[in-house]
Amino acid sequence: MADKIFENAKSRHTISLLVENRFGALTRIAGLFSGRGFNIDSLTVAPTVDPSISRMTIVTRDNGQIIEQVIKQLRKLIDVIKVVDLCEEDYVEREMALIKVESEPENRAEVLRIVDIFRGKIVDVSATTYTLEITGDEEKLGALINLLKPIGIIEIARTGKVALGRGNKVLKL
Amino acid sequence: MKKSGAEIFVECLLREKIDTIFGFPGGVVLDVYNVLFDAPLRHILSRHEQGAVHAADGYARASGKPGVCLVTSGPGATNTVTGIATAYMDSVPIVVFTGQVPTRIIGNDAFQEADIVGITLPCTKHNYLVKDIADLARTIKEAFFIATTGRPGPVLVDLPKDVLAAKGDFKYPERAYIRGYNPTYEGHAGQIAKVVKIIARAKRPVILAGGGIIISGASEELRQLAEIGQIPVTTTLMGLGGFPATHALFLGMPGMHGIYTANMALSEADLLIAIGSRFDDRVTGNLEEFAPHAKIVHIDIDPTSIGKNVRGDYPVVGDAKKILSKMNPLLKKEEKDWLKDHEEWLREIEEWRKNHPLTYNNQGKKIKPQYVIEQINEATKGEAIITTEVGQNQMWTAQFYKFTKPRTLLSSGGLGTMGYGFPAAIGAQAAFPDKIVIDIAGDGSFQMNIQELATAVQYRLPVKVAILNNKYLGMVRQWQQLFYNRRYSYTCLNSNPDFVKIAEAYGAVGLRASEPEEVRPIIEQALAIPKPVVIDFEIDREENVYPMVPVGASIRRMLLA
Repeated sequence: MADKIFENAKSRHTISLLVENRFGALTRIAGLFSGRGFNIDSLTVAPTVDPSISRMTIVTRDNGQIIEQVIKQLRKLIDVIKVVDLCEEDYVEREMALIKVESEPENRAEVLRIVDIFRGKIVDVSATTYTLEITGDEEKLGALINLLKPIGIIEIARTGKVALGRGNKVLKL
Repeated sequence: MKKSGAEIFVECLLREKIDTIFGFPGGVVLDVYNVLFDAPLRHILSRHEQGAVHAADGYARASGKPGVCLVTSGPGATNTVTGIATAYMDSVPIVVFTGQVPTRIIGNDAFQEADIVGITLPCTKHNYLVKDIADLARTIKEAFFIATTGRPGPVLVDLPKDVLAAKGDFKYPERAYIRGYNPTYEGHAGQIAKVVKIIARAKRPVILAGGGIIISGASEELRQLAEIGQIPVTTTLMGLGGFPATHALFLGMPGMHGIYTANMALSEADLLIAIGSRFDDRVTGNLEEFAPHAKIVHIDIDPTSIGKNVRGDYPVVGDAKKILSKMNPLLKKEEKDWLKDHEEWLREIEEWRKNHPLTYNNQGKKIKPQYVIEQINEATKGEAIITTEVGQNQMWTAQFYKFTKPRTLLSSGGLGTMGYGFPAAIGAQAAFPDKIVIDIAGDGSFQMNIQELATAVQYRLPVKVAILNNKYLGMVRQWQQLFYNRRYSYTCLNSNPDFVKIAEAYGAVGLRASEPEEVRPIIEQALAIPKPVVIDFEIDREENVYPMVPVGASIRRMLLA
């Protein structure tokens, strides 16, 4: 499993975009990916400090030279203002997940210990479930999920990745 | 003074110096038609919305100005989709205005409602739904700006009925500013200098010129480049007319039905200079074996064209005319005897040309389609505006008509739309009332937009239609003959109508030729009639287009009849 995650990570690209915060912009971008047969692993979008601009983070997989085409095609869209492949530079990425696990009396302590180690939070408790909140990069979330699987994951909701370049690397107009 | 949305719409067209639009009215655009009734604008009523959008496309390709199309919502809008996709694939600047149901009921499945913005997302350069009259003028300005700049393309503007009826202040913006849209025109100077050195070093160079030459108006610069460097030129279907077919350095069209010499030159070249061409699969054949010995210089205004199908060793992004006008003086400065340097290469090309000329068997009592095109070429001195449909008629035209000027061949190259040629001819004739405009058609394709005969007759647009009538869907039949063991599945059109009578019924003139001797006189006769004329050429039914490269094969593997 760990090997597999590593394999995927190698061909993955995290693309950051500034787009017009406008009706249809998301559809155009999603449509471009489906129409040209590009993969989307995750996509997040929300407004920036300037409410007329949204920032989008797309994680895609590259088969050969395709990433270059993906970026050029994105730049060609009128509603897309800036595009950068963060993987060309150093960047930080985070994803949040809400994970609901079974909490039988015999494994409650175990769940709490794991949550603690991963600096997660319990955000909801019931007689039979814990819902925990965890933030981190892909490896951290993957490792946590692997540990919780044997205990019993009931459902999971992930935000998809958000990312920023490190230090002075800024995506601006 | 406040103006209605409909008035603002028409005013915007006038500000854009639009004098002709093509359209078809309907419920939600009645307000606009009411304004058009006495506006100083010519509106040409098609008989099907597809005819209107192809006509706008033909007008644009022939004139270089944007073509405008206006239709109603729902079916009016969806009927334009094929025409929009056609223009998108061939980079044609058209602006399509569609009516839409009132904003408050959008999404409610109203009568004649279609999500045309959603439907045309992947086949427009950009599209808009105008929800507020305050945005109307700016949106129209942006639509024309986007359609006509950079790599041109179709833009659609969806206009809800209530926006057209609302009153608002009119102020037409001087210029459009779109922060996400900044086409590159000037080529990178360092890259251009590098390319010049690469060209100077090549022993066996060849130029592949595409539609970009014509769009950017770079024919003259292309001719200079070829002559300075003594470099042979092949032009794609979209590039025909961008370099004179009568020029000694012209090789003809390459690709699936390409000229032997052109395909061989691409296969043996050590340098390929591609200008305004996106390396369509019909040009390259098997990509693995395409131009195997060549380094590739790729000049294109669209960065996505570069590296998409073919690796570009030396990409230059920008406008062909601007880049070539910078390259040519630098090439001239190279101290080198180009002719002497390319002597061997040009001799080799001459051998191919001599040993494998474009030819056909003109024996017998049947009219050969190639002969018809040769005769049209002679009768018009290669100077007519020619449109084609799609299939054998298109390929024979590309092979046998000697295009010498840009914007004289209008053909659906990318999408391959049957039914394009006739309405496109109407659009071209509307742009140039005094020029000879001829649609070289097949009997199958012509029937796809035959209703536009009424448009041509009504507006006295004297287009000529030369039907190469083999009572087959000829190109498909050719494939069935060669690759499907002659099983002519649903390609026989034995129950064609009488095209002469059809023409007469519409008020046009119908002529027929069934023997070779009749071909030239009937062409002359048609050209002398100042009305729309349909000529039914009854041709040899099983004549094929050669050379032919089977799908997936290298372009040097040509079937030669």
